[in-house]
Amino acid sequence: MARRSGSPWTGCATVFLKELADHLGSARMLILEWLVLLTGIGAVYVAIQDLRTTTAQDPFLFLRLFTDARDPLPSFIEVLGFLIPLMAIGLCFDSVNGEFSRRTLSRVLAQPIYRDALLLGKFLAGLATLAVALVTMWLLIIGLGLLLLGVPPSGEEILRGIGFLVISIVYGGIWLALALLCSVIFRSAATAALMSLGAWLFFSVLWPIVVRFLTDALFASETSILLGSPSLEQLQFQQLLERLSPNTLFGESVLALLHPATRALGPVFLEQLEGAVMGSPLPLGQSLLLVWPQITGLIAGVIALFVATYVVFQRQEVRA
Amino acid sequence: MTQSVIVATGLRKRYGRTVAVDGIDLVVRAGEIFGLLGPNGAGKTTTILMLLGLTDVSGGDIRVHGFDPVRQPLEVKRRVGYLPDSVGFYDNLTARENLRYTGKLAGIERQDIEARISAALKRVSLETVADDRVATFSRGMRQRLGLAEIAMKRSEVAILDEPTSGLDPQATFELLDMIRALKADGVAVLISSHLLDRVQAVCDRVALFHQGKIVLIGTVPELAERVLGGGHTFDVEVVGEGNMEPIIANIEGVRSVRAEGPGRFHIVANRDVGADIATLIMSTGAQLRRLERIEPGLDAIYRRYFEGPHGTA
Repeated sequence: MARRSGSPWTGCATVFLKELADHLGSARMLILEWLVLLTGIGAVYVAIQDLRTTTAQDPFLFLRLFTDARDPLPSFIEVLGFLIPLMAIGLCFDSVNGEFSRRTLSRVLAQPIYRDALLLGKFLAGLATLAVALVTMWLLIIGLGLLLLGVPPSGEEILRGIGFLVISIVYGGIWLALALLCSVIFRSAATAALMSLGAWLFFSVLWPIVVRFLTDALFASETSILLGSPSLEQLQFQQLLERLSPNTLFGESVLALLHPATRALGPVFLEQLEGAVMGSPLPLGQSLLLVWPQITGLIAGVIALFVATYVVFQRQEVRA
Repeated sequence: MTQSVIVATGLRKRYGRTVAVDGIDLVVRAGEIFGLLGPNGAGKTTTILMLLGLTDVSGGDIRVHGFDPVRQPLEVKRRVGYLPDSVGFYDNLTARENLRYTGKLAGIERQDIEARISAALKRVSLETVADDRVATFSRGMRQRLGLAEIAMKRSEVAILDEPTSGLDPQATFELLDMIRALKADGVAVLISSHLLDRVQAVCDRVALFHQGKIVLIGTVPELAERVLGGGHTFDVEVVGEGNMEPIIANIEGVRSVRAEGPGRFHIVANRDVGADIATLIMSTGAQLRRLERIEPGLDAIYRRYFEGPHGTA
């Protein structure tokens, strides 16, 4: 069989620009902007309440803007772990089936472009919109932090902050790709939204509970009950399952980047702590090494979901 | 001999165990209007999708301008304009913006695009609403905007799927006129429709679909000749004494006379016997109410074809 001729990128930029314009001008963007503004201000407000009373000795004062929580309110990264999927799903859940129901899909696909271009353009436009929102939020927090704390961030803090930003965008990419997949599979936008929100709820609420039950059921033994603590195998298995959830991957990688003192993300043995200076920060390179598997896992998730979307979309009959 | 722009041979499409298109052969020549006619579900739209490379082909071969839609879809789509069944546009954009988007996707040069959009909109008389949002457009206007898209692309082949369905008579009339204008520019037009008689008016040749097969193909008079047995058909209405039937049947060339009511007859003849019928009836002293020459319609052809030996229950 001959290969198909022509470039799969033809038209990608056009789709990207059109979708981006649609996103930026839509009512959804307005809601996103408000969410960004309110969470940003909320996070800084909460963190600064604490920071003022504690210490100015912390070398990574600025990063605590992102991580500090104060009781009834969750910390900023917790809010983000919750909010980013919602934003991503909101942007993409109707991107393909919406074209179906408006009956524009076959007209667009009758133009000399491949389906690749349409899908990739839509995905990148969603990602760009999300990135705009996240960068805005990030700058807002840094700016407010500068004003209210009166301490400039160090170079390493900025680098760690940028790393955190990139990870957030990749994490958003996973949910975008998932929403896109649902929008290709389900013809009705409402079903697609429900399915992707269902996946989000599953991973953020149900999965940790399921993992707990599962490991308890599989590894319950007399020793662990007697000791009151789970065995090493149980812990490792539990962690393995937990890391199937993008929420866990995001949480762990952000934790290690924004808390430079984080030395390990799994169980730690006493002999490993020998010679370690407790509470002292790791250099940026070491922190990055620590979360490298998590980051690659997130990126792999994005690619896997996008490829699945691509395969389903290529095989779909466009009759409308 | 004019050039063939679409050639399909033995085209076949299966969905699981059901066969949607069952081995059709089709040739569309440059500058003609070709009608794919038949009831819903006869395989017309599936054929169109295969011609455009929008769905896989289960068997057979297609060439559009010499290109294979399965392997060279971009070359095919560059040359073919498509107006889908009940076409949709982005409601939040204006007519001009909608065309600009597809124009860019079609790869029209940046400096040409605005002029081509304006010319295309003028052609389908939408230039006054060019900057209105499409949400305000009626169905007829949307169909015309779809034609404008084809004109803007300067396609050499236009494929129109049910372009007149859901339109009022006036809008249908205008749309068919615009389709004729496309033909005048040398565009080969392929129209699919289930409204046989309405579309017959513009078609040079038609193919009648039935259960995934083309049962008849040719010009409308050719098909009439083949199915209705050719000849000239008249309807006559007479008021007067006596039985007219044997008198009319005696005219030379009349093949059959069928009484359809008191004083109403349906006549089939080998030659144009209109004048003879009129003089004969006058001479008997009866009044001639109506004498009408019946042009064979596709509806009649289609119905007759399936009443006959080809009919399948």
